[in-house]
Amino acid sequence: MSLRLGLTPRTLAGHLLLLAAGIAAPFLFPGHTIQFAVFWVFVLFALTWDIMGGQMGYNSLGNILFFGLGMYVCAVAQIAIVYDVAQYTAANGAIRVDFSRNEYFQGLALGVVLSALIPVVVAAVLSWILFGLRGPYYAIGTLGVAIAAAELTNSWNYVGGGMGIAMPVFPGGPGMRERFFYAACMVATVLCYLFLRWLYRTRFSLAINAIRDDEDKAEALGLHTARYKMVAWCVSAFFLGIAGALFGNMTGFIEPMETAFPTLTFGIFMVAMTLLGGKGTLWGPVIGSTLFYALREVTWTYLLGWQYIALGVLIIVNVVYFQQGIVGWLRQRRPQWFAAPIEASKDETLGADGKA
Amino acid sequence: MWDNLQILGVAPIFNVQLILNGVTVAAVFCLVAYGLALVWGVTSVKNLSQGDLVMMGGYGAWELARHGVHPILALIPVSAIMFAFGWIIYKLIIRRVIQLDLFTSLLATFGLAITIQQSLNLAFGPDVRTVESGFGQIKLFGGMIEITQIKVIAFGLCVLLAIAMVLFLKKSRMGQAIRATAQDPRAARVLGVDTDLVYAMTFSINAAICGAAGVLIAMIWVIQPFYGIAYSVRAFVIVTAAGLGNLPGVIVTALGLGVLEQYSGFVIGAQFQQATIVGLLLAILIWRQMTLLRQRKSLQ
Repeated sequence: MSLRLGLTPRTLAGHLLLLAAGIAAPFLFPGHTIQFAVFWVFVLFALTWDIMGGQMGYNSLGNILFFGLGMYVCAVAQIAIVYDVAQYTAANGAIRVDFSRNEYFQGLALGVVLSALIPVVVAAVLSWILFGLRGPYYAIGTLGVAIAAAELTNSWNYVGGGMGIAMPVFPGGPGMRERFFYAACMVATVLCYLFLRWLYRTRFSLAINAIRDDEDKAEALGLHTARYKMVAWCVSAFFLGIAGALFGNMTGFIEPMETAFPTLTFGIFMVAMTLLGGKGTLWGPVIGSTLFYALREVTWTYLLGWQYIALGVLIIVNVVYFQQGIVGWLRQRRPQWFAAPIEASKDETLGADGKA
Repeated sequence: MWDNLQILGVAPIFNVQLILNGVTVAAVFCLVAYGLALVWGVTSVKNLSQGDLVMMGGYGAWELARHGVHPILALIPVSAIMFAFGWIIYKLIIRRVIQLDLFTSLLATFGLAITIQQSLNLAFGPDVRTVESGFGQIKLFGGMIEITQIKVIAFGLCVLLAIAMVLFLKKSRMGQAIRATAQDPRAARVLGVDTDLVYAMTFSINAAICGAAGVLIAMIWVIQPFYGIAYSVRAFVIVTAAGLGNLPGVIVTALGLGVLEQYSGFVIGAQFQQATIVGLLLAILIWRQMTLLRQRKSLQ
């Protein structure tokens, strides 16, 4: 197992240390459990965006679609197993069905499974439509899909429309809910990380990197590019759907514009965090999202309405003046830290980053 | 939905109303899309902040109107200010992303879009606004159809601006340099064209056009800080459907889209307007992709 993941004893120790810190965090700072849980979701955002944007060179601006989709699928599944969904949503939370412990967890389990599978199906169908587009057309196409999804959900009364859905109440003590969802978010993100770590060491990553470097050549050399692109997007959708399901239950109330399909906040954070950390690397998204989230939590409330302006400026500065991101910058300055890729980099210098 | 369709069948005069409304608003989008296509064609930067530049122009007119300047007169100062703004943006951002890959320019202008819309939100608040121009209504067909005079005036101004733009590009020295750079930047540089200046001029002219379009939009329709992105998407729909460097195509598509939008708003409901546009964008992209696929090419 550890061989397949490429973990040396030293890196394994490092990973375990971080894992221990993750487990200890809600016990050390019990007042901030939800913030830490959101942090894991942010890491997952950046990791899943990087599969496409960094490794494959397909920059999606609409990945948030799967997050919102997972959120709504899970909510509907949870409610549907005990109650009539249309009636429940029409009441705007006035009907608060008491979900028993069994009903709640059965619903949640079913919801999470469905919220992983349905986005995958949607991604497969959409990829058939959208992957004919390249570069900026793809980015705008995906952005359009996400905006349209938000608007359609907003006027679809079955799922509550713009009024949203009040999620079933978590059965259990006051501190339990936070800890439960913290653990769930952390497990989802760690699994996502491990899966990507494994995936990036297989032929699959060579294939999607080839698509990034030159899609036409990759195809000419016999790679079935359409299939690889579809699988990559489905992987993104799978984890984003799960994250959406957990996030929706954690916040307790979901609605289309601000929570489920926030194209201009979460949808852009994904891109900004990955670029900040350095795209096309495994640790870039993690570092970028950690830094971004820490900055956001510390400064957000003190910026008094200027926070989104700051976000826009951050994106511009990042893209225009600091394109390689933190990990990319480190790789240039301290190549010895990335000992393994040095030999490979002799071949890679010509065009690995799409320039040269 | 079917009731509304029946109304159109029973009273065909409503069709005229919808078409008139569509065409007058679409004329403004024509300008915006033309500016987008110009920048796209010359610098290959896909400007996602196009709609937000329009909103800036609109708020410029609104601010001037509060100080007693009539919005039509505001066209000139707003365009001038937006020209200067475009120049600054070019020097700070666009110049550095022209050489980089396409997504970089898209993302940089997207960051610019966020910055502009949030700044407008801070400065003017999130209310939907319109600038009063103080013109009356025109009644046609014995009062069956009403159209505001300002829409007709705005339509005329759009046509004038478009003609001025075409003449500028065809006749003036700078216009020729811009067209030469669009065809082949390297050859233009060899022949002594200062391409950096050409790029700066192109982007600034586009910003000025957007500013003017914003003034017109503020008079005939509504402005709101967050509407910018929708306008950008609309401009992209037009340019993508028409193809680059195809001015007649841009005009026809913009007018067709404007009319179609009025119909969909009337028949399906106004809340689906955005979704209709996006659906149309996807349909166009897929259709163009299919036609390209036959030649083993892709849209990029």
